[in-house]
Amino acid sequence: MSAAAATADFLQLHPKDNVLICARSVPAGSSVTIEGQAYTLEVAIELGHKIARVPLARGDLVYRYGAPIGVMTADAKPGQHVHSHNLTSRYLPAHDRTATGPKVPSA
Amino acid sequence: MNAQIVGNGFHRADGRKGIRNNLLVIYLVECAHHVARMIVNQANDPAVQLVGFPGCYPNPYAYRVMTQLATHPNVGGALIVSLGCESFNRTGLAKAIAASGRPVETLVIQQVGGTRSTIAAGAAAVARLKVAAGQVARVPMTLQDLVVGTICGGSDGTSGITANPAVGRCFDRLVAAGATCIFEETGELIGCQQVMASRAVTPELGSEIEAAVAKAERYYATLGYGSFAAGNAEGGLTTQEEKSLGAYSKSGDSPISGLIKPGDVPPGPGLYLMDVVPDGEVRFGFPNISDNAEIVELIASGCHLILFTTGRGSVVGSAISPVIKVCANPETYDRIAEDMDVNAGRILRNRATLDEVGAEIFEQVCAVCAGRESLSETLGHQEFILTYKQFDPVGPACLPLAARRSA
Repeated sequence: MSAAAATADFLQLHPKDNVLICARSVPAGSSVTIEGQAYTLEVAIELGHKIARVPLARGDLVYRYGAPIGVMTADAKPGQHVHSHNLTSRYLPAHDRTATGPKVPSA
Repeated sequence: MNAQIVGNGFHRADGRKGIRNNLLVIYLVECAHHVARMIVNQANDPAVQLVGFPGCYPNPYAYRVMTQLATHPNVGGALIVSLGCESFNRTGLAKAIAASGRPVETLVIQQVGGTRSTIAAGAAAVARLKVAAGQVARVPMTLQDLVVGTICGGSDGTSGITANPAVGRCFDRLVAAGATCIFEETGELIGCQQVMASRAVTPELGSEIEAAVAKAERYYATLGYGSFAAGNAEGGLTTQEEKSLGAYSKSGDSPISGLIKPGDVPPGPGLYLMDVVPDGEVRFGFPNISDNAEIVELIASGCHLILFTTGRGSVVGSAISPVIKVCANPETYDRIAEDMDVNAGRILRNRATLDEVGAEIFEQVCAVCAGRESLSETLGHQEFILTYKQFDPVGPACLPLAARRSA
């Protein structure tokens, strides 16, 4: 686990990763240094959440643990939150508490 | 190391050794649930435990899992409570328990005379069964006698960094010492199939593993949901494959010796993957409706204890086998430390390494084998779920080492 690329609150888990993982919840407006550049967090980032390490474009694969975890559906700048609003699975959709239940297979 | 004695096991007739000597009260249909629960309540003994099956329709999977549970090394005897008209094969179950050398009695409510009569008869039966189950011989137990399962529940963005790889370290140490380890939920390994297949002891087993994950993907796609709960996203996980990669690290780095299905007991030591997604067309709903359904399946395949990792924070335990909970998230640990056996989240606060937490989990495995209660045991957790499923038997490519031994 190398955190060389970021401040102690954000971890780069693998050299290939283009996102950083939050190791301690930080409020909006905090400064984060990524690869020597300072960025201001636009939103609070909670423990376990991801921010972009490099500029990400719609269609880019996102890497964590050195492996792809999905594809970007919108662009993100370094330091911006990467989550369900801009990242989606290549396998199965995720859901939240507004979900109403399984689809009934059509005949 | 290889001969490290971890405790005095309960010696069973099939050669397996238990770390607990529980007595099961088994209801065979929901209609018998209340009577069975009252029998357990009256016993007022944490070793007298309630398990059961709610359905009235027959199901070969449920019958097999229940038979494996009732003859599990942690179980010393059983009282079967039947309403009388349900389809569950109560005589077959009783015969299988008796054939395993365990004391067993059956009460059929429609014959005994109703609620009060059956509870009274059950209390007397439990007293007799406890005496009979107490006759079991104690023998030294080593890590080579031990089967350990792992599951994650309430995963978040920290699970794959702390608790899961720490359990993986513990699994590597257990496998090296000759123990048997099982990880599971092919639906939570979608995205890991290729790397997992590359760890299989034969290419044919690797193909079976890839096929099992492809089956899981089809099954969940038909249902419209992956194995991904709302809390996973709140904890920072965004996609199924991100959750999968974190979950996968629980398996450690040992070669994968086989692919089993619920109720299959691994034929020898090593690391096994359990395929929990039903075979055939989608029926009976979601493969596992909650974490305890998976825990029950791991126990049915012989697990003496379960390593349960959580990020969001779970409080569950299980009937039959102790559950050791490993908390991935340091903020969660601060909130609900009273339920967490291991604080793996301190890795994120630079207060421990993965190796140190892996060693701590290993020590807890040994201590719980030796008789110390896990926190969920102390707190009285004995959750249990068994529902309808459908499986075909595994093919010979799934257990290459067993095939080689019998050849």
